[in-house]
Amino acid sequence: MKVRLVDIAHARSGDKGDTANVGVIALEPRWYQVLEEFVTRDRVAEHFRGMIEGAVDRYELPNLNALNFLLHGALDGGGTLSLKTDAQGKVYSTALLRMVIDVPDAEARRLDLPAAE
Amino acid sequence: MKKVVRVAAGQGFWGDDLDAPRRQVEGGPVDYLMLDYLAEVTMSILQKQKERDPSLGYARDFVGAIESVLPAVVERGVKIIANAGGVNPPACAAAVKAVAEKNGAKGALRIGVVSGDDLLGRIDQLIAAGHPLANMETGEPLSLVRDRVLSANAYIGSEPIVEALGKGANVVITGRSTDTALTMAPLRHEFAWGAESWDQLAAGIVAGHIIECGAQCSGGNCLYDWRSIPDLANVGYPLVEAKPDGSFIVTKHPNTGGRVSVQTVSEQLVYEMGDPHSYITPDVIADFTTISVARDGDDRVLVTGIKGKPPTDKLKVSVAYRAGFKAVGTLVYAWPDALEKAQLADRILRQRLDRLGLRFERILSEFVGANATHGRLAGDQRKAPEVQLRFGVRGPDRAAVERFTREIAPLVLNGPPSVTGFAGGRPKVEEIVAYWPALIDKSVVKTKVDIIQ
Repeated sequence: MKVRLVDIAHARSGDKGDTANVGVIALEPRWYQVLEEFVTRDRVAEHFRGMIEGAVDRYELPNLNALNFLLHGALDGGGTLSLKTDAQGKVYSTALLRMVIDVPDAEARRLDLPAAE
Repeated sequence: MKKVVRVAAGQGFWGDDLDAPRRQVEGGPVDYLMLDYLAEVTMSILQKQKERDPSLGYARDFVGAIESVLPAVVERGVKIIANAGGVNPPACAAAVKAVAEKNGAKGALRIGVVSGDDLLGRIDQLIAAGHPLANMETGEPLSLVRDRVLSANAYIGSEPIVEALGKGANVVITGRSTDTALTMAPLRHEFAWGAESWDQLAAGIVAGHIIECGAQCSGGNCLYDWRSIPDLANVGYPLVEAKPDGSFIVTKHPNTGGRVSVQTVSEQLVYEMGDPHSYITPDVIADFTTISVARDGDDRVLVTGIKGKPPTDKLKVSVAYRAGFKAVGTLVYAWPDALEKAQLADRILRQRLDRLGLRFERILSEFVGANATHGRLAGDQRKAPEVQLRFGVRGPDRAAVERFTREIAPLVLNGPPSVTGFAGGRPKVEEIVAYWPALIDKSVVKTKVDIIQ
């Protein structure tokens, strides 16, 4: 079943130099395992391919039902050097939530995940 | 010892809500008011002001803030901690003293002034002594941009603030303190946490991280269920009610808007986060994977369980240096085919800059309304009703950037049709002051506390 990340998580993003960070938090604690399993480092790197210059790191925070992603080379140099509208990476959060993941039907039903239309 | 200490946040950056400090001391009981004024580039702006006038170089909004909270300080003993000193803490203290006297509170303030973070005058000596101040991101030595450095400050921790409070200060003014130390230091002072009480110190740092961006943890900029967040026009700024064991409640004053919930606090916890296992500060390394957050009634979140470990022997240094010039010009194109028209204007502009022989380090064009926030992820926007072409250039040559700014307006009459939105005139050329993060041995940075009555 296709599931939109925006239907199962919320997020906030910010900057550190030329790196943007995106914290993604499950809307329901039981949905954290879906984030952990399907929103992998590789999947996020693929999602942002061509938009960021560097690698992606992922950290898990099960205590907050959250994942933290670092997107390196995401801010056109970052800080005052950047010419981007989003020089401080404030809206990478919802850009990540555009992701659609594919969850096996049985697991999706068991966790009551909302299906993408 | 107090059983609970309340630290309220009244300012998340220089430019935040001017009335928030007063609302924080009048809306309910608080022991400390914490005001964070310094972002990464703020120090360089302050350094430029100090060069023009040696009596400046601090966050001047703080003087107005002090004036607005003076009755609470004088009559109810609320203490103020702020990194408003910028690159000139003594001048900031003098201005605060003067405004207190003007308001009939002569002698009522005992101002603790923290200095020692400013390394600008010591750079050459430090480099000669074997501290390369290499860029943490690129590894390049500072000598590469030495002649363009505007300011250099070490991020200092809680110790000098604790010292000032111990000497009876009711207003503490620092330069480049870490944002989180402004909250942790008063807790450490009140609860007599030792320099190796790692878990409690880490808890104080996490409390600071949660409230240092002001209302961003109490309903501001919150994505979770954003439509339902009440009365943001009257948003309540956050405060922590901390206990000696390091546990604390995040809340806000009654009869204010916004919301404090597990979700608003969690969003702020992940804001600007790196490796959550190692949130490094001068005092302690906090482990964000040990934080427990739980609802404790309406607009109350209980935070517990935080673990800390010993810090490194380095301090982070924030260096600001001149890094060339930039300008951004915009034009708005209307339906039909708004995006296609803006794209044609972009190609024409690039050809003209090329023909003029102008060279830049970087040219970036964005199409606001189509791709400026989410790039290609936004999908096909050819049907967008309007699109803004946003065209930026950056380079070392001011004259080239200046010449670029004259190429935008002509497009209105000699480029693609249905264009508007140029009334603001020519784009402004801005000098870029860039940020150079570095590390330095803790042992070379000596802080000092002066008390001014």
